[in-house]
Amino acid sequence: MIWNPNKECMSRDEMHALQSKRLQKLVTYVYHNVPFYRNKMQAMDLAPEDIRSIDDIVKLPFTTKQDLRDNYPYGLQAAPASEIVRVHASSGTTGNPTIVGYTRKDLAVWSEVMARCLTAFGVTRDDTFSVAYGYGLFTGGLGAHYGVENLGATVIPASTGSTEKHIRLIRDLKISGVACTPSYALYMAETLEKMGLTKEDIGLRIGAFGAEPWTENMRKEIEERLGLKGYNIYGLSEIMGPGVSYECQEQDGSHINEDHFYPEIINPETLEQLPYGTQGELVFTTLTKEGMPLLRYRTKDLCTLTNDPCPCGRTSVKMGRIVGRSDDMLIIRGINVFPSQVESVILTMPEFEPQYMLVVDRVKNLDTLQVQVEVRRDFFSDDLGRMLAMKKALADKLKSVLSISADVKLMEPGSIERSQGKGKHVIDNRKLV
Amino acid sequence: MTIKQLSVFLENKTGRINEVTKILGKHGINMHAFSMAETTDFGILRLIVSEVDKAVEILRDENFAVMLTDVVCISCPNVAGSLSAILEQLASKEIFIEYMYAFADGDKANVVIRPNDIDKCVEVLGGCDCEMRKF
Repeated sequence: MIWNPNKECMSRDEMHALQSKRLQKLVTYVYHNVPFYRNKMQAMDLAPEDIRSIDDIVKLPFTTKQDLRDNYPYGLQAAPASEIVRVHASSGTTGNPTIVGYTRKDLAVWSEVMARCLTAFGVTRDDTFSVAYGYGLFTGGLGAHYGVENLGATVIPASTGSTEKHIRLIRDLKISGVACTPSYALYMAETLEKMGLTKEDIGLRIGAFGAEPWTENMRKEIEERLGLKGYNIYGLSEIMGPGVSYECQEQDGSHINEDHFYPEIINPETLEQLPYGTQGELVFTTLTKEGMPLLRYRTKDLCTLTNDPCPCGRTSVKMGRIVGRSDDMLIIRGINVFPSQVESVILTMPEFEPQYMLVVDRVKNLDTLQVQVEVRRDFFSDDLGRMLAMKKALADKLKSVLSISADVKLMEPGSIERSQGKGKHVIDNRKLV
Repeated sequence: MTIKQLSVFLENKTGRINEVTKILGKHGINMHAFSMAETTDFGILRLIVSEVDKAVEILRDENFAVMLTDVVCISCPNVAGSLSAILEQLASKEIFIEYMYAFADGDKANVVIRPNDIDKCVEVLGGCDCEMRKF
């Protein structure tokens, strides 16, 4: 099924024309409403009239996560505060989260693109669908929630946690689909087995999995253990949230909602736009966003774009799996974690050397983060209680900055490997690619 | 009469205790007593050694985090009830014991005590059936 064939199956020429018209309007809009973009464009001697078609997008400046941080909280917002009806936030490296304001129209677009995703996965208005992304500042929960409502299915706002209760609801309410992170899906499978139930006891058909990178092997395992078909859904809060792209029944690449989010692949070094089929950094321009529109936002996600015709009938450009990052960001339990966040916390505590190592692993299908840190000689104490308090103080601070708990491991001074040049701060033992 | 105990911070890692004993052995430092306090990821090795200042110096040179702590070491008769009588005295004078470790040797038993108030502890022990010893 296709939710909006007019848009999802548009001819490439019509799409080009629509994107061109929307880009022109967007550039004029940000030029007049966001000083950050006006200044950038003026410095490049670029006026809104210079953008005549979507192909002129290469003339426009890029936007980075750093720009969002520098303009915290509302510097990149184009719409007046009176038009903003909701705000989401994602974690930032220095403790400043990224703030994204949505207008009523932005939320309508979001529900529209989410409905397209869910329809592609096979969800219909006869389904009962549970959203097990976290509800709150994170875009996953509410984003998926309103998509299900817009589609007309029944939404169960399960959120995360209370996994046993959730599984009983899936069984008793005949819930047919679930949206969550792939690692949470595996955790659900494990809980199901622990409860003495089998996949036949519940009737899940559809899984909408995203917010963290996953592999084909994980897909096979989840599908096998939960008895459903799992589809990738991609998004990022800076651009919108979940719903930027989605897999169809072919499960071969994710269709981008490119009438709203224009994708490019660039070489992260030269910033030059790359042709279809070449791997590089994914960049998005929010063609229709009002609250916080972004020009050429560098996602730092590495992947490939293709425009081969898809047997499903959709004509939109597809993106392949995310194969890595062009920066050092980690995604742990769906939360973005930068080593520099950990560093900034450690630097505030004189008890520790500025040496640290993040060890990421996946234990029983849940991501774990261990932060190894060296205790400064002068702060070593013979009192075990004081040492444990030191460890807890760091764990508490990390939790408040990262939004996920980390296991702190106190190390002897000098025991963490020093490297020449750029320090190595991450050991990721998860098998993802 | 107090003595200096050497405390060494150690990660829980195979062979790490031996690193310390090897270094001390190489420098001719004898260990009279030791105990290990451990958590899941690190431990504190507590030692009574022959030349404590020299031990601190050489372990610091080898990058260990070390510190000295005042403790009392008593020697009491190695018979049933003798330690209990001493601890009874300490408790009655409100002396709290943070940790202790002991080893029996023939007809004597040696006990290393880390109290919260060391001066008061020494005073109370003066009136007990034990002898405070140096190594």
